Amino acid sequence: MELDCRRLLCPMPVIRVQDKVNELKPGDELVAICTDPGVQNDIPAWCRINGHEILSIETSEDEYRILIKVGNNV
Amino acid sequence: MNNVPQKKAVALISGGLDSLLAVRVVQEQGIYVEGINFYTGFCVEGHTHAIRKRDQSKPKRNNALWSAEQLGIKLHIIDIIDEYKDVVFNPKYGYGANLNPCLDCKVFMVKKAREWMEDNGFDFIITGEVVGQRPKSQRKETMPIIQQDSGIDDRLLRPLCAKNLPETLPEREGWVVREELLDFSGRNRKPQIALAKHYGFEDFAQPAGGCCFLTDESYSVKLSDLWKSRGEKSYELDDIMLLKVGRHIRPEKNYKIIIAREEGEAKYLQGYKKQYDSLKTLSHSGPLALIDGTPNQEQLNLAERKCR
Repeated sequence: MELDCRRLLCPMPVIRVQDKVNELKPGDELVAICTDPGVQNDIPAWCRINGHEILSIETSEDEYRILIKVGNNV
Repeated sequence: MNNVPQKKAVALISGGLDSLLAVRVVQEQGIYVEGINFYTGFCVEGHTHAIRKRDQSKPKRNNALWSAEQLGIKLHIIDIIDEYKDVVFNPKYGYGANLNPCLDCKVFMVKKAREWMEDNGFDFIITGEVVGQRPKSQRKETMPIIQQDSGIDDRLLRPLCAKNLPETLPEREGWVVREELLDFSGRNRKPQIALAKHYGFEDFAQPAGGCCFLTDESYSVKLSDLWKSRGEKSYELDDIMLLKVGRHIRPEKNYKIIIAREEGEAKYLQGYKKQYDSLKTLSHSGPLALIDGTPNQEQLNLAERKCR
């Protein structure tokens, strides 16, 4: 599943990810597509705090694709 | 065997030192804590350092998330952008030195936290407030207003200054030990710094002008200008975000020019080119500018000259 967070500035991408993850099940995967470089720190930090896993962060042409695996704590 | 369930507190986490310490103080007493951070759109966190190129050397971290990670607590970041407008437009207790409705803001946030507390089965709220620290919202006379207007009553614990305030429910019920809470007061930051050192916190955030753009004079002037030009108090998220970026020049009431001051801002303004008319010099390098409003041709010519 993809979540478009382009042009949103932190913490809005984190809020969007948080709200989407709350709708998902443990083990589901979500790709957040963002343009604010702050997400490289903020989304992993939010995932660490809330027990989710970052599977990868890909950067291309000012976009960041962050692949998240939903943890068991949802 | 002790079968008393662990009490649960929800903490308002701003990302600053005081809320960080307030949580640790009650964690030391065995309280389970989760954090809430409210996003109003005016928060200094995050987006500003993402825009300005000159700020790129600073670490791009969200201080509320950083605090939560230091404390080992969950953090819920809640978008209150739309609901918050009424606080900004009609503050019951008025504005501070600029367009900062600090007391109404605190009442609103504690009220939202109370609703969250009730929905999620938590027992009380904690904040990092210190009596006498802020001229409007953290005075001994105004602190009871927050409890009363938010409806939280005596389920609001301020661990850093609890000994200077009347006893709260968590203290009366023995969920926390009052003697182990603190008696900080006033604007002196030395006790907080010492406590941070005691707990081993380093690299914590201490924003000089607070964490809200509404306390900033030049920002408030631009927001007032926006309302004046529209003939009413109103804004959307894009409006208040753009007030943080560029030089704003209003030659006449019906339009203004937003001129990027450096590369980072130009890049940010680029994202608004589909929503706003824009100006960019083609013959030589020059700043990108957005036009907000409905200028006529003559006014556009003037705007174009200002951007050369």
